Amino acid sequence: MPYHIAPSPHEKSAVTTQKIMLAVLMALLPAALAGCFYFGLRAVLVLLTAVISAVAAEAGCRIIMKRNQTVTDGSAAVTGLLLGMNLPADMPLWQVCVGSFVAIVIVKQLFGGLGQNFANPAIVARIVLLISFQAGMTTFRAPNSDAIVSATPMVSGDASYWDLFLGNTAGCIGETCAAALLLGGIFLCMIRVILPVTPVAYLGSFALCVWLGGGDVLYQLLSGGLMLGAIFMATDYVTTPITPVGKAIFGVGCGILTYLIRSFGGYPEGVSFAILLMNLLTPYIDRFTMTKPFGAAKPVRKEAADA
Amino acid sequence: MKRRNGIFLSHRKHTEGFPTLRLPIPQEVTIPMAMHMGAPCVPVVKAGDTVTVGQCIGEAQGHFSVPIHASVSGKVKAVTEHLCANGTKCPAVVITADGQQTPCPDCKPYMPSTPEELAAMAKQAGCVGLGGAGFPTHIKLAPQKPISVMVINGAECEPYLTSDCRMMLEQTDDIIKGILLVMQILHIKNCRIGVENNKPAAIKALADAAKDHPEIQVIPLPSQYPQGAEKIMIYHTTGITVTEGTLPADHGVLLLNISTCAFLHQYTQTGMPLVERRITVDGDAVERPCNIIAPIGTSMRTLLEYAGCSPEKLSHLICGGMMMGSLLPSADTPLCKPNNGLLAFWQYVHPEPTACIRCGRCMHACPMGLMPMQLEKAYHAKDVEALTALKLNLCMNCGCCSYVCPANRPLAATHQLAKTLLPRK
Repeated sequence: MPYHIAPSPHEKSAVTTQKIMLAVLMALLPAALAGCFYFGLRAVLVLLTAVISAVAAEAGCRIIMKRNQTVTDGSAAVTGLLLGMNLPADMPLWQVCVGSFVAIVIVKQLFGGLGQNFANPAIVARIVLLISFQAGMTTFRAPNSDAIVSATPMVSGDASYWDLFLGNTAGCIGETCAAALLLGGIFLCMIRVILPVTPVAYLGSFALCVWLGGGDVLYQLLSGGLMLGAIFMATDYVTTPITPVGKAIFGVGCGILTYLIRSFGGYPEGVSFAILLMNLLTPYIDRFTMTKPFGAAKPVRKEAADA
Repeated sequence: MKRRNGIFLSHRKHTEGFPTLRLPIPQEVTIPMAMHMGAPCVPVVKAGDTVTVGQCIGEAQGHFSVPIHASVSGKVKAVTEHLCANGTKCPAVVITADGQQTPCPDCKPYMPSTPEELAAMAKQAGCVGLGGAGFPTHIKLAPQKPISVMVINGAECEPYLTSDCRMMLEQTDDIIKGILLVMQILHIKNCRIGVENNKPAAIKALADAAKDHPEIQVIPLPSQYPQGAEKIMIYHTTGITVTEGTLPADHGVLLLNISTCAFLHQYTQTGMPLVERRITVDGDAVERPCNIIAPIGTSMRTLLEYAGCSPEKLSHLICGGMMMGSLLPSADTPLCKPNNGLLAFWQYVHPEPTACIRCGRCMHACPMGLMPMQLEKAYHAKDVEALTALKLNLCMNCGCCSYVCPANRPLAATHQLAKTLLPRK
């Protein structure tokens, strides 16, 4: 019998999409656990609902579309967990399911599935929920109690730095504990799943803006969804630029937009809108930040990125 | 100087510590007439002829072709057709060995003195680049411009392969003398030998052998694939960028493989053309991995059996290295001049490609700074303009992009297909 024939190379690294998604889930875990610790069983319920409904939406969608099943690649679970972490613990569970549906079906699968969506599914879902169910999305509970508060420390401005860093404040499930989010981010950088350039550019440019505007830099950095957005949403492969230079531009854009929305916009929080707006610019950033091939005869034509 | 990107592979150089074995003369050899880049040779013997070792059996056709010599003494059994690795067919001479290995009386030591004589000698000796590509050496030895620096490629960056490493340890003096010969005749002032730092013994042996020749510098390089690629090797040893559309010679650089150098010296001593070579036989299915010196035209089956591997139940057989070698459809393929490795395996892992997640790993791995994911998109869109702008022509098919892709996309193979869309020059 003739031997197997295939084009070279005949060796493959051990990294797979599935392992990358698993690493992101692991990196999200500390912040998710911190959220469960501060906001109790209700937070666990929201996170579980978000993950399960996202996975179910992905599986169901692929079946209805008669496409190969991709639910095992883990990307739906990541989207679900990210969405859940972006919601307050008292969100009605059916609204959480609506969020998952928007994220997976409308933003991701209708555009062709993994790798084809132009915007971050979890971010769009969060924005849709924020606009549709304003009451549910802006009612937070104080940590370790059932007391309902309507303002996060970003609005009230009365939390201590230490509470902000540890997450002992009102807010969405996964966004309050900056320490856990940073831990996850450092882990992802160390195993080289993400490059530190995006978070550094994002947080750095934002801090600079706040400083120039005379605000409290540390307070602004630690409050709201900034850490979660900068570390986990602005580093999404699919919807952000590919080259390090492009990622830096993307991060700086996010930082400036976040500052502008937080300072002058109608919403208290600007992270999701900033990232969504920069998602839309990603193809253009990609086009202007192509690599320079080694020994190329003349500059690369810019039209090429349209391919 | 910023180092070019690449990938770090597990070396698996199991055979580097063991002396090279010499294969007993096989009963029969099949010598293909196309073992170099240029046009196939025309056989000048016919069935029934008696041949001696080193006798010319195939005449070179044109500038890029080199003659082919009998690797065993004996009788020509037949002149048949041979299916080359690239799918084309060429004539092949089958010789039944008499086991005497009678040398051809024409093979006499010869010392060239002018550049023309050196190039003519390389052609006459049937010398091609022994690193894998099979580029005729006499073309490189006849540069149009003066050569300022000679780079000797001893990187051997592919996993498993150790034939160059053994050459550096066992024939160190031949290499240095070969280098001096070329430097003297072509009036080259400088020589850099690039060796990956996973071969400390070879680096030391070469440095010791060259210690009386300050013009020869041994440069240890990081063990990063594809360190041995022509442009990468030249850049990392000399800092010279071989730009698009130019040859190393245009930049005053002559690049030779370590084994090619040693062969040139040997030829001046014996006059014996290129009739045998060293090859690494390794892989999961090989019981006794080793380096073997075997006559050109020996069946791969003979080599496998010699190394304790039964060719029957293999899943795949790689001629060359893991990253750039080609898979052979059958073990009944002859050993050719450029073959430096033979790797046999029980299992072929064939992961299904999934969607591109734009992670950019291919771009970070590409030593040429290309964007494989964009090239793939442009190929599927049949967008020739984008392929040209993205510098597809600079892709050297090293395979780094396919290797790192977490979605198992066959990027390197796609680039090869895409090259067929580029307008021919």
